[in-house]
Amino acid sequence: MFAGLYIHIPFCLNKCPYCDFYSITDTSLHAVFLDALITEMQLIDHEGLHFDTLYVGGGTPSVLDVTSMERIIEFAHQSYPIDIASEITVEVNPGTVTLEQLKVYRRIGINRINIGIQSFHSNNLRFLQRSHSVSDINQTITWAVKAGFEKLGLDLIYGIPGQTTTSWLSDLQQAVASEPQHISCYSLIFEPGTPLDDGRLKGYVVPLSDENICNLYETARTFLTDKGYVQYEISNFAYTYGIESQPLNPEHNQSRHNLKYWSFAPYIGLGPSANSFIEPKRFWNHSSIEKYLADLADKRRPIEGIETLSQEQMMIEAIYLGLRQTKGISIDVFNSMFGQNFHARFKDTIEDLAEKGLVKCSQSHCALTPKGMLLLDSVVAVFT
Amino acid sequence: MINIRNFSIIAHIDHGKSTLSDRLIQATHVVLDRNFKNQILDSMDIERERGITIKSQTICLPYIYEGKQVYSLNLIDTPGHVDFTYEVSRALKSCEGALLLIDASQGVEAQTLANLYLAMEHELEIIPVINKVDLLSADIEKTKKQIEEDLGLDAESAILASAKEGTGIEEILEGIVKYLPPPSGDPQAPLKALIFDSHYDPFRGTIVHFRVFEGQVKPKDWVLFKSNNAVYRVEEVGIFQIERVPQKVISAGQVGYMIAGIKTVSDTRCGDTITLKDRPCKTPLSGFKEAKPVVFSSIYPVASDDYGDLSEGMEKLKLNDASLIYEKDSSIALGFGFRCGFLGLLHLEVVQERLEREYGLSLIITAPSVQYQIIMKNSGAINIDNPALYPDPAMIEQTKEPFIRASIIIPDRYMGQVMKLCLSRRGINKNYQYLTNDRLEMIFDLPLAEVVYDFYDILKSTTQGYGSFDYELIDFRETDLVKLDILINGDRVDAFSQLVHKDRAVERARYACEKLRDEIPRHMFKIAIQGAIGSNIIARKTISAFRKDVTAKCYGGDITRKRKLLEKQKKGKKRMKMVGQVMIPQSAFLSVLRADTG
Repeated sequence: MFAGLYIHIPFCLNKCPYCDFYSITDTSLHAVFLDALITEMQLIDHEGLHFDTLYVGGGTPSVLDVTSMERIIEFAHQSYPIDIASEITVEVNPGTVTLEQLKVYRRIGINRINIGIQSFHSNNLRFLQRSHSVSDINQTITWAVKAGFEKLGLDLIYGIPGQTTTSWLSDLQQAVASEPQHISCYSLIFEPGTPLDDGRLKGYVVPLSDENICNLYETARTFLTDKGYVQYEISNFAYTYGIESQPLNPEHNQSRHNLKYWSFAPYIGLGPSANSFIEPKRFWNHSSIEKYLADLADKRRPIEGIETLSQEQMMIEAIYLGLRQTKGISIDVFNSMFGQNFHARFKDTIEDLAEKGLVKCSQSHCALTPKGMLLLDSVVAVFT
Repeated sequence: MINIRNFSIIAHIDHGKSTLSDRLIQATHVVLDRNFKNQILDSMDIERERGITIKSQTICLPYIYEGKQVYSLNLIDTPGHVDFTYEVSRALKSCEGALLLIDASQGVEAQTLANLYLAMEHELEIIPVINKVDLLSADIEKTKKQIEEDLGLDAESAILASAKEGTGIEEILEGIVKYLPPPSGDPQAPLKALIFDSHYDPFRGTIVHFRVFEGQVKPKDWVLFKSNNAVYRVEEVGIFQIERVPQKVISAGQVGYMIAGIKTVSDTRCGDTITLKDRPCKTPLSGFKEAKPVVFSSIYPVASDDYGDLSEGMEKLKLNDASLIYEKDSSIALGFGFRCGFLGLLHLEVVQERLEREYGLSLIITAPSVQYQIIMKNSGAINIDNPALYPDPAMIEQTKEPFIRASIIIPDRYMGQVMKLCLSRRGINKNYQYLTNDRLEMIFDLPLAEVVYDFYDILKSTTQGYGSFDYELIDFRETDLVKLDILINGDRVDAFSQLVHKDRAVERARYACEKLRDEIPRHMFKIAIQGAIGSNIIARKTISAFRKDVTAKCYGGDITRKRKLLEKQKKGKKRMKMVGQVMIPQSAFLSVLRADTG
């Protein structure tokens, strides 16, 4: 099984109030961070793994200058066996990249670009406190196409207070118009500890009702399916047609890297707060640039925590992650992984959930229905 | 005997009783300073936290009066709650005098008055002590005036003290010797002693706390308990000085303890008379009452596998709590548990807290009930305190419920509100009289069922803490009783069933449904909560189904966190009870228990 390599760039121009990923805005740390990251690559063995994805995420990787990005990609190749046909993704935000920069990305082997658009409406961008404008978005998309990326992914957010079905539909239409291979639609989550959630607790921000959010979700699913984008995970859609509308292998445009998170594939994460998983162990780096730098200055692995998953814990994750995907839990894989008979073990649960119209089970797979998708967390709680 | 003084301290809550006890103990050097801790007589955590005394404690203070004569001052500490009025009265019966402690900043309060009456009933000599005189807000003159006018006591003899600062302590000790009478009684007469408390020692069995009025008792005597004619051989007698100090003999006038191979405290009865088997006294001491539970409720463990631990906990508590009665019970919703009888709601709470704290149990308590007399059409009368055993209404000829006569003492400005409260509880006003020019005693006959829940708490808040309340059971009167059931998605949850007066049923049902709607989390499906009498639905609330419960993103860094959340939920599920497919949290059972309809 091929592994995935993740590199976390913990820098942003400004902090978005809803985001709970680790990032900082102090640009003076770019250089020391880069040195530390390279030390980390030298320090962390590839453990015999072969990689077919490299994902540079963040944060906002595009705030680094191109030379830094070149060094990162170069050292990644030097330190880890990365397959020639790998999917190499960089996340960028509109307004943080130039056409020249994107051309360099392309030249150094980056073949997939994921743009954090969030919305085509300036009122939504303001609410989300994004640092880009609507024209930045259009410019960045145009440049990305021009730079010649084979795969383009766009991220959208829905469930923004004040958002209507009409305005959400127009976001979707504008996203589809640029013919991206991949679209992610994330429901706005009030993550504990974020300024957005503080605002909710203090009553400044009133979330949309569940009813409304469900409608927006349905709108996206219907619209995107109609346009040839197939939902393969709760929040992710991949285009299923190639040149001249030739049907593609459904997995062709899916995020190969992200699929690894949902299928127990091994991955190594570098940079602050990044997670690694090599069955049955999971490690995570410090969510603190200071601790991260200090450890690497002493040539120590910047690990904050490590856990060894028990069979029972793996099973909880297998169910949770399996059901996030539209194809569901592969029963053969489950049975051989845990030495169990899925159908026998969960007979009553499945029957009950099927009766409620939340899951659909065949001999080979157990998956959520569209109604069940919206209730994933509760459904999983029934299994555990 | 001339060198003995038996006394108690009576006070309103927070007027400094425990602190004063602490100072008296320190001043007489009963405990080495390094072994001393605050509220030394309150041995249970619950007592220290709540600032109330639940168990009586006794201590013998050796005091050297005017530098020459040694006196034994026996301090008998008393419980401070209406549930335990009988226990207090037995403790006071063992004394000749009392310190009446009054907070100089608060003045005379209702409970002071109620306690004073209790002390006067036992003809105790009273020494007023004005405490907290160090406070800036202390108003000594006003307090003295109240002592004279409201209490009718001589304020000239009042001692000024600050238990916190340790001032006035010597004067109090001197006052006890000077003003309180020594006990009297013939040491040669047949033994006549009063049991005013008992506690359990795991190594020695029951330790009986008693006061000798006549005669004497020593090890190897055969004693007889008057109430049940039980006979025991005395192993040890002695006095309390925080620790037990064995003595050769305890004679008339003295307060002490007795160990006599008594297995559990239930074998002793508070207020009972001890005499000698071979030379019994003619008549027992007056005022003995069998402690009868008035509130009944079932206790279940949240996790069914904790039943064994609960059972063990109950047994151990029972060793030390004669007034707790229980028997095995079972519920469809909650599994195995115990049906228990309590002296009152505070007693119930104390038992619950001790079980949870001392045995690490998580418990569900069903709605408290009183005991009803049900006269059946063809098979005589039965007593029912458990809704689960309520017979088919068609078979019932007549139902009777217990009534109390309540004495409520309040400042007269609260008369209207208190009247309203009592009438809303189906009370019948029997009488009222002014005790002083602005203090009023109101006498009400009330159904016991209407006061066990929260009556005392509401009375206290209505009267801003000035209202005091005491009651005695008087009789059983005809009533219109119904069994209220709660249905969750059509399933009757037996643990929620309650016996209520017909006029109260709709109100109660609505309240229970509302509480449950707030406490039961949303599910993936709609939940109907119904209140029903038989097949007649009288209240209904609905918990709508979840429409959305999904985490938007789940990448490398989110997986562990998500799994931990699921694991936590799984643990939480163990603290929930499943009724059909509905998970009901412990808090839901508690909220229905706290249902107040006042």
